[in-house]
Amino acid sequence: MSRTINAPSPARTAPHTEAFPLEKERRRALVSKPSVSDSVFRSVAFTAGGITVAIMLAVGVFLSIRASNALGVAGFSFLTEQDWSPESRVFGIASVLFGTVTIALIALVVAVPLALGTALLISEVAQGRLRSTLVTLVDLMAAVPSVVFGLWGVFFLQANVVPVASWISTYFGWIPFFRVSNATGGALTESSAFTSSAFIAGLVVGLMVVPTTTSVMREAFSQAPIGEREAAFALGSTRWGMIRSVVLPFGRGGIIGGTMLGLGRALGETIAVYMIISPIFTINWQVLKTGSNSVSALIALRYGESSEFGLSALMAAGLVLFLVTLVINFTASSIVARSRSGAESS
Amino acid sequence: MTFIPSPDGAPIGPRRRVRGARVDDRFNLLGAAAAGLALSTLIFGWVTPLSGGLGWALVAFLAFIGFYALLVSITSDFQDVKDRVMAVLLTSAGVVLFGALVFVVAFTLVRGQEALPHLNFFTQSMEKAGPLDGLEMGGIAHAILGTLMQIGMALVITVPLGILTALFLNEVGGRFARFVRTISDAMTALPSIVAGLFVYSAIIVLITHQRSGFAASMAITVMMLPIVIRASDIVLRLVAGNLREAAYALGSTRWRTIWHVVLPTARPGLATAVILGTARGIGETSPVLLTSGVTAVVNTNPFEGPMISLPLQVFDFVKSPEPNMIARGFGTAAVLILLVLTLFAIARLIGGRAPGDLTVRQQQRVVAASLRDLHRITIQGDRRFELISAEKTTTPDTNDTKESSS
Repeated sequence: MSRTINAPSPARTAPHTEAFPLEKERRRALVSKPSVSDSVFRSVAFTAGGITVAIMLAVGVFLSIRASNALGVAGFSFLTEQDWSPESRVFGIASVLFGTVTIALIALVVAVPLALGTALLISEVAQGRLRSTLVTLVDLMAAVPSVVFGLWGVFFLQANVVPVASWISTYFGWIPFFRVSNATGGALTESSAFTSSAFIAGLVVGLMVVPTTTSVMREAFSQAPIGEREAAFALGSTRWGMIRSVVLPFGRGGIIGGTMLGLGRALGETIAVYMIISPIFTINWQVLKTGSNSVSALIALRYGESSEFGLSALMAAGLVLFLVTLVINFTASSIVARSRSGAESS
Repeated sequence: MTFIPSPDGAPIGPRRRVRGARVDDRFNLLGAAAAGLALSTLIFGWVTPLSGGLGWALVAFLAFIGFYALLVSITSDFQDVKDRVMAVLLTSAGVVLFGALVFVVAFTLVRGQEALPHLNFFTQSMEKAGPLDGLEMGGIAHAILGTLMQIGMALVITVPLGILTALFLNEVGGRFARFVRTISDAMTALPSIVAGLFVYSAIIVLITHQRSGFAASMAITVMMLPIVIRASDIVLRLVAGNLREAAYALGSTRWRTIWHVVLPTARPGLATAVILGTARGIGETSPVLLTSGVTAVVNTNPFEGPMISLPLQVFDFVKSPEPNMIARGFGTAAVLILLVLTLFAIARLIGGRAPGDLTVRQQQRVVAASLRDLHRITIQGDRRFELISAEKTTTPDTNDTKESSS
């Protein structure tokens, strides 16, 4: 037990207690021996913690061991090779990782302004019942299955967003990202060139990560100290002035942490991306153009046909994805914990 | 010596209004909105290269913001204009977000209406129904059953393990507990497809050699466990320390304190944690895609043969180009959403309050119990009890009982 207090030995501190002769010999222990039920509980709880750790470590260790086979064959080219054909020993995650990051960044471009605005709306503007309703709605939306977002993306967004993508590429085509061209460099305008793109997948994934991001940001904003808010108002600030000078600096850790948590979720999203994109194995800088890929979509696409070695290669891809999301999540939580808003909450 | 500036000469500006709106603010908003819509309708198509409804809405919105800033600036200074415009922008971010999210759900529910009215959709499996059959043939009974069995098996593992681990983190503590917390936080970062791949290659390829409901429930367990641990951890942390100290001061052991004080206090919160984890687990598609296998028949044996679940059934239906299959896919998705919504509503209903925060009826029960104790323990209390019950019979208003119990 961690709270053990070392009682001084009776010999050294024998008090002059003529009036209490019985206690002269033996001092009462300050810590009682744990009862049977206590020790049973402690060992059961300890075992539960151990099992949890064992499951988690099993995943990590198993992935690493199985992936090492493929990683050993591919070596460093695993990170630079674009093609994926483990059967001919030519495989790498350059293109899928590029696609994953592209989709996640597009998702963040959509999600962060929406999440920031909504979090400020909930914590600063809305009041009373409206506020609690909105909070519930955000939590509810975080639980909507990703396959539902995927359905919406395929059957609604795909058809309706093509004109927008086409418009962007027409008027902002001079920015390399937004250019949609064929192999010879000529600009494409037919709508089939704009479907199943990283842009559409990014929009859907962005919508999926907004609830997570919003709730982290809102949590941070709502902890901004009331005294500083009132001080800002007392100095004649408007509400927006107060938000800029008190709430946003206070919640900066929450903004960064929420964004990174959203990024972590966006990187790992599978089904919605898999349903929308048409998979390719080359790096596609033109985000509006048909064809993209992601690590998770690659796994979902190839796991069935894989041989033993192919499975090992997929494991290696999954391991890289896991490590990336792990680093992002830990960075996010340490940023949140170190910021002013996080120090009080945990 | 402190110098206090004399307030005499300093001008006192008008008082800032932080909340609330005057009548002319409302008119400003309405007027700007009308002007924005009108301008957009007028110039749309000539000046702007955009086409379609989205472009029109975008132009209208920009015009609305411009007009609103102009209207506010007539009566207020620059700071106020900024404040008003930002308030409008924040509100529109919220409206766009909630509009989009509600639309996603509503879209699925509306498209699902084609399949949902058929009763056979819930009672039959797809065993005898081909892709070209109408909606009055076949259904998703097998997927509903599969989801229930898979989530049930996952819950059997996650609930005891998750809550015990959370208890370990909170009540036992120590260095190993911190390590467990770090690991379970790391686990929330595990992409769901990687969890599926792990179960596929560790259980299916190495041990069972076939896809099964059991493998799927293992994958769901790996995904749900960190969620349940984290949510229960937060709930247990909220249990007031003085409740625990009171129990220890009365001489109870650690286990009795947990069983009789901590767990009952945190019960609604723990239930919420479990239900939210369930809602997440039900919707997981990608781990199930790799582990459960696709089937069209009812399979009640989780260890033998493929067992499909609702999200995977959605995914499988919409892969088909047949309109009837797509209608079935939307119907299945609607069932899935309704299931998640129901779980969420239950979680809100029982978990909406903080630990120790009682409902009116629970409060009345506690008051009655402590009154009985008072009656049992003291003669004085006996008398007061009689007095109070005499009073109670004369006046039905029960304010006195609360006072006497405290």
